[in-house]
Amino acid sequence: MPIDGENRAAKAPADGASGAIAFGQAPGESWLRTPMATRLGVIVLIVLFWEFGARIYNDADFMAPATQSFVSLLEITQDPEVLTAIYDMFWQLALAFAMALFSGLLLGMAVGISRPTYRTFFPIIMMVYAFPQITVLPLLVLLFGIGPAIKVVFGFTHGFFPIIVNVIAGAQNIDPALLTAAKSMGATRSQIYRRIVFPHLVPSLFTGMRLGMTATLLGIILAELYATRKGIGYFTSFYAESFEPQNLFALVAMIAAAAIILNELLRRAETRFGRWRG
Amino acid sequence: MTDSKIRIRLIQVSMFAVIFVAWFIATETESVSNLFLPKLGDVATDFRDLIGSGDAWSPLSVTLFELVVAFFNAVVFGTSIGYLVSRSKFLMRAFEPMFSSMFAVPLIIFYPLALLFFGLGPGSKIAIGSALGFFPVVLNTINGFGHVDAGYMRVARSMGAKGFPMFRRVLLPAALPIILTGYRIGFILCFLSIVGGETIGSFSGLGHQIVFYAESMLTSMMFAYIIFIVIIAYILNSLVFYLEKKGNYY
Repeated sequence: MPIDGENRAAKAPADGASGAIAFGQAPGESWLRTPMATRLGVIVLIVLFWEFGARIYNDADFMAPATQSFVSLLEITQDPEVLTAIYDMFWQLALAFAMALFSGLLLGMAVGISRPTYRTFFPIIMMVYAFPQITVLPLLVLLFGIGPAIKVVFGFTHGFFPIIVNVIAGAQNIDPALLTAAKSMGATRSQIYRRIVFPHLVPSLFTGMRLGMTATLLGIILAELYATRKGIGYFTSFYAESFEPQNLFALVAMIAAAAIILNELLRRAETRFGRWRG
Repeated sequence: MTDSKIRIRLIQVSMFAVIFVAWFIATETESVSNLFLPKLGDVATDFRDLIGSGDAWSPLSVTLFELVVAFFNAVVFGTSIGYLVSRSKFLMRAFEPMFSSMFAVPLIIFYPLALLFFGLGPGSKIAIGSALGFFPVVLNTINGFGHVDAGYMRVARSMGAKGFPMFRRVLLPAALPIILTGYRIGFILCFLSIVGGETIGSFSGLGHQIVFYAESMLTSMMFAYIIFIVIIAYILNSLVFYLEKKGNYY
């Protein structure tokens, strides 16, 4: 442990430096030429295109400009039903993701830790992963109804596979020499897991978590679009069908922003925890 | 070595055998309602009907048509935009993270919007399929063309290569494997999103067929269609894998 502490202390200044690089400003570059500024510029362009495109298209049944959508975002978040839908979606997302993470990590380690289990089960897992899950959604609805259960289940089945596949890949990447060395020096099973297996798993686990989070959200939204009474997906369809594009755009933009933020957080964690490999 | 291979195959086969035997027993003894899980025999009969009567070809042709158009769009836009972005380090640093975080958005949320604009017909599926297929194509094109080994470029340039020969002999061969992987992933995403779109809202196509039989409680026919889609997906997957390998070989 003391070695760990020293390492972290030594790395601290490097962290600060890489933070600046992540922001994208190379020395001697003007602020306007940084990728961050360009990215902001592109986002502003998209919003302007949306704003003026909608105003030129000028059909209040189909398109709403950005400003109007922003105003209605404030309005629809006053609506208790929409608020409940947003709240529900996030706990369903959290629950489905937690289930996917827990089972993916456990099963992934069980499969990935030894060569024979890997060679037996990995092809099967990849085969099931390639299966278009949307085809069984109507069947799942017959089984689970159109309540929250179907969303959690469908989110779980979507999120599970990216996580387990990445955990297996991570476990397979552990250098066998390290395991042999640890064993020959008398490490116990729990020490081996704690000092060798987990640190090696962490980078690919975070990759799996990032992909799994996106997939879980996709599963939940698919289930909501297909069959629910009061979820976000229901409201998007509802606003589309009742020709209230400003509300539709507001809701869709909000979900998109949430997805991007979650993805970005996990991507940061991925680079942060993968750094020890150098 | 071969001994362990046989053992692995045995475990794999017996896993599937257990699933099918459990399915058979559960349905034959009626311990699971046939509404949820139809009898294996019924599914087989319906599947034979489906292929024999040719009922599956019309929805299949609709889905494949949507797939071809959507994938064409994704490839044309993804490759050209990706190539343009990859020509400048600055543009790459600006756009690559943007595309990859947009890729994380479950774009199917835009599907009601696509329905609004393009209607229940093939248009909305083509739109959503093109949008979903675009991202892997553009990201891999940027990656492929953007990260060509600087050494190759310097050598080629010092030997006087530029313009089209440079592209044809250096850039393209170096980037092709990555781009083809992007095409493959994009193709699969196109297929998934199109079937998904047909499930959520449409009046034709394979996804619609599944919903139709699920809602008419004809579960064995629905299973027959699911098997049909899985076979189609498997064929398409193998096809793109084969083409990817072939392209890399070239």
